[in-house]
Amino acid sequence: MNENATRIASTSDETPASTVDAGRRGFIGTAAGLSAAALVAPGVFLHSVSADPRTEPVTDSVRWGLLIDTAKCADGCSACVDACNRENGLDLQEPHGSESKWEHQKAVWIRKVKLQDNQTGRITNLPMMCQHCEHPPCVDVCPTGASFKRADGIVMVDRHLCIGCRYCMMACPYKARSFIHQPTTGQLTAVPRGKGCVESCNLCVHRRDNGEESTACVDACAQEGHGAIVFGDLKDPDSTISQRLREIPSRQIREDLVLNTGVRYAGV
Amino acid sequence: MAKAVVRIGLVALGLVWGAFVAQTALADEVKRYVVEGSPAAERESCVEPTETMRRMHMEFIKHQRVSTVHEGIRGTKYSLTGCVDCHISYDENRNPRPIDQPDQFCGACHNYAAVDLNCFDCHASVPNRPGADAEAAHRAAGVVGRVASTPSQGGR
Repeated sequence: MNENATRIASTSDETPASTVDAGRRGFIGTAAGLSAAALVAPGVFLHSVSADPRTEPVTDSVRWGLLIDTAKCADGCSACVDACNRENGLDLQEPHGSESKWEHQKAVWIRKVKLQDNQTGRITNLPMMCQHCEHPPCVDVCPTGASFKRADGIVMVDRHLCIGCRYCMMACPYKARSFIHQPTTGQLTAVPRGKGCVESCNLCVHRRDNGEESTACVDACAQEGHGAIVFGDLKDPDSTISQRLREIPSRQIREDLVLNTGVRYAGV
Repeated sequence: MAKAVVRIGLVALGLVWGAFVAQTALADEVKRYVVEGSPAAERESCVEPTETMRRMHMEFIKHQRVSTVHEGIRGTKYSLTGCVDCHISYDENRNPRPIDQPDQFCGACHNYAAVDLNCFDCHASVPNRPGADAEAAHRAAGVVGRVASTPSQGGR
């Protein structure tokens, strides 16, 4: 009797338990779905907000950088250079003085460099631009504080402060900076430019501040089908660039200078 | 007596009408300096009262340039691009005229006050930003023709 009672009790226990379980499962399922939505939603929301112009100061929670896979960089292709010129109004520069001088003096943000190993004959193509060093020599030497590193790792020139002394051009190991020799007209709204100031690649800083995803050179390279350049946040372990850096061997140019560049190269 | 009342009434009417005409003319004169249908045209004054803008506009953008260049803050109340967007004018071919020319919004006053205007040595003196706030306004004003809307066409 006692046993029976226990069994009955246990069965009667079981029945409500199983109904509760079904209810619980449903609840847990819904909760999981909701919390997943809650996890994803802020990201979506943030993304849509970040498309607006930035209203908060940049922080060092990100560090922008590029990874260039030289194996994918095609000989004779200048898509990134052309895109950069268009994006930053470099194609609007008018020649001044003699032709030969102008070729050396016009502002250039990306140079296509072709390297040949004389022993093996192996040829490497790569785009060379400001390497956005963590410890930039151009910032060290600037007498006015015009050459500076933004909190998010972008090395750039504040033209309001630049006096055009060009020490930074001398200090840069990458020959990345240009000087504007002539008065300019017809500048782009996003990229001011004027006589007597130094300038260089700023990782399309106006795109950064307007919440866009990549740079002009990256878009152009992808459009050409090469996809040799990856742009992203070096501090975010889940970003495409960080994942690629983990996967493939890459180097910094002039590693011996210990500048910790933000632009990395694979296959050199 | 009745004649006097009528006369006074007429004079008063004339004065009121005169004042109204003067106001309209003044308003027209001022309106000339903003793009029809631009955000500025909707407002009573610029981003600050007109008197403040006249005296302080250089202070507003001078301090703001530091936060824009060094901190990346772009969504601010004061903006040199904003000046150009709303106060640009167009020639008969619907080409925007550089705002620093001596007969234009910025240039005219600086010329009169004999103050050098260096902003536009480096900054764009015509709107050429894709998706500019004033683009719709320019279109509404029928001046979209040659307002470059992409950088590749802009400023050439």
